[in-house]
Amino acid sequence: MSASGSTASGSGPSPAPGSGSPGRGGPGIDRGAVLLVTLGVGLALLASRWLMAQVPRWLPPQASTAAPLVDDLFALEVGIGCFLLLGCTAVIAWTLLFDRADKYDRDDGEPIEGNLKLEITWTVIPLVVVLLIAAQAIRVNGQLASLGGKVRVAGAAEALRLVGVEGVAGVPGLLAGNNARAAGADAAKDPVAASAAELGPVVVIARQWSWEFVYPDGVRSAELHLPVNRPVRFRLVSLDVLHAMSIPAFRLRQDVVPGSVIDYRLTPSREGRYRLRDSLFSGAYFASNQTDVVVESAEAFERWLQAARRSPLAPSPNAATDLWRQRQERGNRGWATVPPAPPPLVNVPLDLSAAHVG
Amino acid sequence: MSTTPIPFDPRALRAPHPVPGAPDNWRRFFTFNTDAKVIGIQYIALALLFLLVGGLLAMIMRGELITPPADLVDPSVYNGLYTMHGTVMLFLFLFPILNGFNNLLIPPMIGAPDMAFPRLNALAFWMFPVFGVVLMASFLVPGGPASSGWWAYPPLSTQNPLGLLVNGQFLWILAVAISGVSSILGAVNFCTTIIRMRAPGMGWFRMPIFCWTALAAQTIQLAGLPVLTAGAVMLLFDLSFGTSFFQPEGGGDPMLYQHFFWFYSHPAVYVMVLPVFGFFSEIFPVYARKPLFGYHVVAIASFGIVFLSLIVWVHHMFTSGTPQWMRHVFMVTTMLIAVPTGIKVFAWLATLWRGKLWLTTAMLFAMGGVFNFIFAGITGIMLATVPVDVHVGNTYFVVGHFHTVIFSTITFGVYAAIYHWFAKFTGRMLYEGLGKVHFVLTFVGAQLNFLPMHWAGLMGMPRRVASYDPEFALANVLASLGAFLLGVAMIPFLLNLVSSWVRGARAPANPWQAIGLEWLLPSPPPAENFEHDVPTVISGPYGYGLGQPLVADQGRYEARLKEG
Repeated sequence: MSASGSTASGSGPSPAPGSGSPGRGGPGIDRGAVLLVTLGVGLALLASRWLMAQVPRWLPPQASTAAPLVDDLFALEVGIGCFLLLGCTAVIAWTLLFDRADKYDRDDGEPIEGNLKLEITWTVIPLVVVLLIAAQAIRVNGQLASLGGKVRVAGAAEALRLVGVEGVAGVPGLLAGNNARAAGADAAKDPVAASAAELGPVVVIARQWSWEFVYPDGVRSAELHLPVNRPVRFRLVSLDVLHAMSIPAFRLRQDVVPGSVIDYRLTPSREGRYRLRDSLFSGAYFASNQTDVVVESAEAFERWLQAARRSPLAPSPNAATDLWRQRQERGNRGWATVPPAPPPLVNVPLDLSAAHVG
Repeated sequence: MSTTPIPFDPRALRAPHPVPGAPDNWRRFFTFNTDAKVIGIQYIALALLFLLVGGLLAMIMRGELITPPADLVDPSVYNGLYTMHGTVMLFLFLFPILNGFNNLLIPPMIGAPDMAFPRLNALAFWMFPVFGVVLMASFLVPGGPASSGWWAYPPLSTQNPLGLLVNGQFLWILAVAISGVSSILGAVNFCTTIIRMRAPGMGWFRMPIFCWTALAAQTIQLAGLPVLTAGAVMLLFDLSFGTSFFQPEGGGDPMLYQHFFWFYSHPAVYVMVLPVFGFFSEIFPVYARKPLFGYHVVAIASFGIVFLSLIVWVHHMFTSGTPQWMRHVFMVTTMLIAVPTGIKVFAWLATLWRGKLWLTTAMLFAMGGVFNFIFAGITGIMLATVPVDVHVGNTYFVVGHFHTVIFSTITFGVYAAIYHWFAKFTGRMLYEGLGKVHFVLTFVGAQLNFLPMHWAGLMGMPRRVASYDPEFALANVLASLGAFLLGVAMIPFLLNLVSSWVRGARAPANPWQAIGLEWLLPSPPPAENFEHDVPTVISGPYGYGLGQPLVADQGRYEARLKEG
């Protein structure tokens, strides 16, 4: 029995239980094997630590108060997952290196049929680990508390009436043009009225394929401007099919469901221009259905709002509209799709060329 | 082909199923044949054909995605391609090929002559080409095929832009419904066969794990498929006949469809992965020369997975406006699946431990598949975690996770099964050299294809996009190269299948010195397997190194094989 080298203890006939070894325990536990396993566990722990430290490099900047909570939870899972993967890979690699039959060796291996203690261990440990992760996730969910209530409505027109927005381009039965009533007028009757500290409700209108944001004072924008470090409440409305408002830099995403008005809250925490994407498939120009979130200081936001109030309503430039026009110019080739809804009539158009940071 | 007669086994003339080298035997594959072994090969051959179709669609998609703008095909065409890629791979490749293995393996493994209901079996198979043709025909109708994704969420799927009655989405729903009926017929047959037709002495705990997992998977089919079929019928009525089950304007709710859809379609992944767990459990003992570690627990864990799989579906709807308490319940049930699957994974690793490994192609694919599955399990737990899912759900992270399960685990398992049982059912050996080339290309291609997708998803790239922001370009170039490598990997595989079947070395009855009833039959087995001489099982499966016979009078069965 060799206790000196790792290879020697594995290739010889002596038992060399690694992590998760099914070998019968009891007498004759090899000191070299214990050393080897301890060393392996130590290395795996170090590697997992290192990988957890890499997590921020794989993610966009943290631009909301939710982001650090989500990232920490994800990093925890990366660490546990890395340790587990390394452990299993070590067993597979060990058997590949040391348990291969010689070319003409047709003998059977040691007929181990099971080991009750080991089986209980690998049932209980994963159970405890996933329950701990779940408990932590439930706690984080409570801290995020981003999802508000949901009101069922019969279609887009009723949804817009509920949130107090009129004159939306492309919605029949409502006046089109520059006579938007301030959504804030309805806020008094709203059970979840905006507090002074909270901006909103900002009505988010999703359609095939553009975004429109209506501020409490009636300002309409194709970009979402938000003041930094101030909570904001949204009411999400879809005019046609399912969409999802996804802002990777915020680590937040919420489906926009036709037939429902959904409340949503978040707090931006870092200035910059980030992508807001539709992440629930919505048809032909789904991929182009993206806009920007501009997080700016409170003063800059106020200035932007003032300037927006003075700007006339005009159709926003829109990627899907351009692509549809190009398609018509090429003779409408391609597979069937509904045409894009008219682009939103807004005070602040979308800047298609602005650079985003995440 | 050749005019010189190839010597063939005289039993081939009596057998209603084809045997290589026998005259005209290939014609039997194109008939309404009731032999489970013919039906099995019919399923597998046609499914492999559709694997090529689905793979071709995937490579066009990866060609589109190799650059950020939508420049290869129109976005509307891309949407149709990705919808059909998913549909073809699930409904025309994986489900049918696994049903093929059910047909080939279940009767010989339990010593039954055939399936319980042979005509029902043939009927279930012949619905497969029917819905295959319906789905392929949707490429030819005005407006192109369905393009609302394989989830077909309304109201998008019911928009019907051209207003025609027969459109791509209509044919898609029709095909899925026929496929569902076919699968239910198959499930009735497989369950009955396993429950009623086992050899004398084969109690539940002497049954091979593949039969356990097949029974578990088919139980899910019976419980879940009626729900999906009902949802599909309502969707069809919304699309074509003006009902409003899922339309808010008429008092319906699009959320309802999502519940119908996922109640079946999440367990559907287990319908596919459970038989593959069965393959792994069969293959590791053979090539590690050891009994399966913890056989009883591995068997029972299959039904633990069945039970849990039926109560996790809302994890696909964490951001659909699902209330907080419901998110928490379904997060916990989803995470609990890690326990029975973990039991299986650890049991396989323990089976390898201190074995005498034969690294055949089948063993390489099985070990590669388990390795990939461990990775997919870890990302699966991440996706079950609500706050993490809120960030990465519906991004390429999910695409990476899902393909690591569907391709790098399930399809790896299917390849392992093909390399393991090809000799038994065709009577010819596959070339190991070509098999290993196939394995290396597939393993490298899969990692290159699916690993970078996780990164793109973490950065925020949504799934199902035809174009994307430039920051995702590197991940997509790598993924596309991996996809093309997977396309290349098909060449040695197909070459191997065709050339081995035509002129491969003759297979002995038991080329891998495996233990199991199917290995006590000649290769290929005669039409009715053991006919009237069904052996009596006297010990559990996987008795490697235990020196106990599997059946009473085993010497007689083995001697008969040597006579030929």
